[in-house]
Amino acid sequence: MLRRNLLVATAILSGLMMSSAMAEEPIKIGISGPFTGGSSSMGVSMRDGVKLAIAEINKAGGVLGRPLLGVERDDEARNELGVQIAQELINKEKVVATVGFINTGVALASQRFYQEAEIPVFNNVATGTIVTQQFAAPKEKTNYIFRNAANDIIQSAMIVEEAITRRGFKKPAILADSTNYGQLGREDLVRALAAKGLKPVAEEKFNIKDTDMTAQLLRAKEAGADVILTYGIGPELAQIANGQAKLGWKVPLVGSWTLSMSSFIDTAAVNGDGAMMPQTFIQTPNTPKRRAFIESYQAAYKTDRMPSPVSAAQGYDSIYLLAAAIKQANSTEGRKIREALENLNTKVEGVITVYDHPFSATDHEAISGNIPVFGLVKDGRVVAAHDEDVTGDKAIRTKPRS
Amino acid sequence: MQILAQLIVSGIAVGMIYGVIAFGYQLTFATSKTLNFGQGEALMLGALVGLTVQSYVGYWAMLPVALAFGLAQGAVVERLGVRQAIKIGSESGWIMSTIALGIIFSNLAENIWGRDDLKFPSPLSETPIDIAGVRVLPMEIVIVIGAILLMLAVELFNRRSIFGKAVVATANDRGAAGLMGINTSMVITFSYALSSMTAAFAGVLVAPVTLTGATMGAVLGLKAFAVAIIGGLNSGFGVVVGGLILGITETLTGFYLSTGYKDVPGLVLLLLVLSFKPSGLFGKKTIKKV
Repeated sequence: MLRRNLLVATAILSGLMMSSAMAEEPIKIGISGPFTGGSSSMGVSMRDGVKLAIAEINKAGGVLGRPLLGVERDDEARNELGVQIAQELINKEKVVATVGFINTGVALASQRFYQEAEIPVFNNVATGTIVTQQFAAPKEKTNYIFRNAANDIIQSAMIVEEAITRRGFKKPAILADSTNYGQLGREDLVRALAAKGLKPVAEEKFNIKDTDMTAQLLRAKEAGADVILTYGIGPELAQIANGQAKLGWKVPLVGSWTLSMSSFIDTAAVNGDGAMMPQTFIQTPNTPKRRAFIESYQAAYKTDRMPSPVSAAQGYDSIYLLAAAIKQANSTEGRKIREALENLNTKVEGVITVYDHPFSATDHEAISGNIPVFGLVKDGRVVAAHDEDVTGDKAIRTKPRS
Repeated sequence: MQILAQLIVSGIAVGMIYGVIAFGYQLTFATSKTLNFGQGEALMLGALVGLTVQSYVGYWAMLPVALAFGLAQGAVVERLGVRQAIKIGSESGWIMSTIALGIIFSNLAENIWGRDDLKFPSPLSETPIDIAGVRVLPMEIVIVIGAILLMLAVELFNRRSIFGKAVVATANDRGAAGLMGINTSMVITFSYALSSMTAAFAGVLVAPVTLTGATMGAVLGLKAFAVAIIGGLNSGFGVVVGGLILGITETLTGFYLSTGYKDVPGLVLLLLVLSFKPSGLFGKKTIKKV
């Protein structure tokens, strides 16, 4: 009796295995980002946006008749862990492409392995200008690194444009953290100011975990600064805003997009109100596509405020771009996907913009300088700084075709 | 002049934080010639436990809970990490074990409270007070007063109470104290408990002006260690002065030299002290008999 039961069970089990093997094998896409730690609000939002897009695509029948499968790994914003994950995703999981990377350092350390394996990488958050240039010609014949985030050159130019031209400040001070992110951003800011014939009245540095910004702020104040331009991340930016409140020196903060991090908004609280930063996406339903995206994100993750709307939207769009490329390539081979991305024939309607030939063989940046708008911290949320930027025909800004 | 005053006031607030953590190093060093390298983590745990508790009972009622937690946490560190090393007379076993325990504690905190920095609601108004053009947060004044009171309380306890005298006796000569019937291993456990208690207290004091999170202790613990070396590991008064020296040098260098070199003079001072007066500015020379 027992033996017969066992036989039946074995038969059922092997039958199950057969049928699952016959179903279409999923297309695996790696997702690498920090889901814990200081930059986790960006990593988690990016991942959730990616998962939302994957679920939608699968519901509509997948790509090439196969479902997409996201393989997510937490790189904890650590370079060495990013490298391990890259190797695992390439060699063990055999992913078709990888999306993600919040931290420029992790991206630079990990991308080499994808480049060598000829597997496309889609940076959807990291902003370091060098990220897409790491293997650009003439260093390598082909470049497998793509991006749909606003890089630091675009952001620093926007910050200077906003602070100097639009709002008319004349004496900018730069406060940047001592990491690669902060210092490379500071250089970009200095160059962007020089293009306007200006020099910062003060350039101050602070370390991660610094809690007292008195010296930096007093130096900027003594130099007569009328605006502070920042390049840093949430917690220390909050200390700058809090330090300003303590010194009773209220000049505006204009800085890189990290001023929209929830760790800045929540810890600076009322002191952070009025801070401005470039955003590719603001949680405002000003187009039907954006409304649908915001509503399905809120429903899927049971939250009203997205922790990082920019990361969520860029994550979401990166999957649709990739899916379009796989469809066009009619293959999951890395080389063919790259070629398809570089010459994407279909228009992809994303949350951020309508992507019309976003990439070429030499240009791997989907976001151009005209796409981001300025966000403003107001009552614990990021809203559009200038309403005229997000209404009418300016609601959707597209990259000019070269 | 006003700027100088502002810088010094901010430096004192920061320096007092260093001082009170360094005071914890000094407590255990006095009795057992060992240090808890997880002092920064003890501070972090105290702050995070305090954050959770204060959400139920408010800030002031939370303080005794945080202090009790610190006491318990220090005793655990001593039992698990230090006692064995002292028993077998290991010169360095306690270094590794207290560092290891510190790492375990910060991993534990990451799992419970997450790795994001959290906002610790301030019990006092966050509007600064203006004294002759120098602006200071009410909480910063509380930090300075609280730290001084705590250190005075511990010193008073050591000098006046019978138990405190046992601590002092053990600090002076452990062998002789043992022969006089003092349970020295108990005294050492107690000094660890006391040391973590000061750290936990420092944690809940500074959390409203810094940020609270699993990694908040690392930098503070390290700076406090430098302070302990500068001031002298066996002088309670010395570490406070050391803390003030480091805090004020940092803000002054940041302003008058460059914010990029803010941390340098402190470390130079550390090197100078180590080369010319290794026992610290206020430390007594210890002669080690072999």
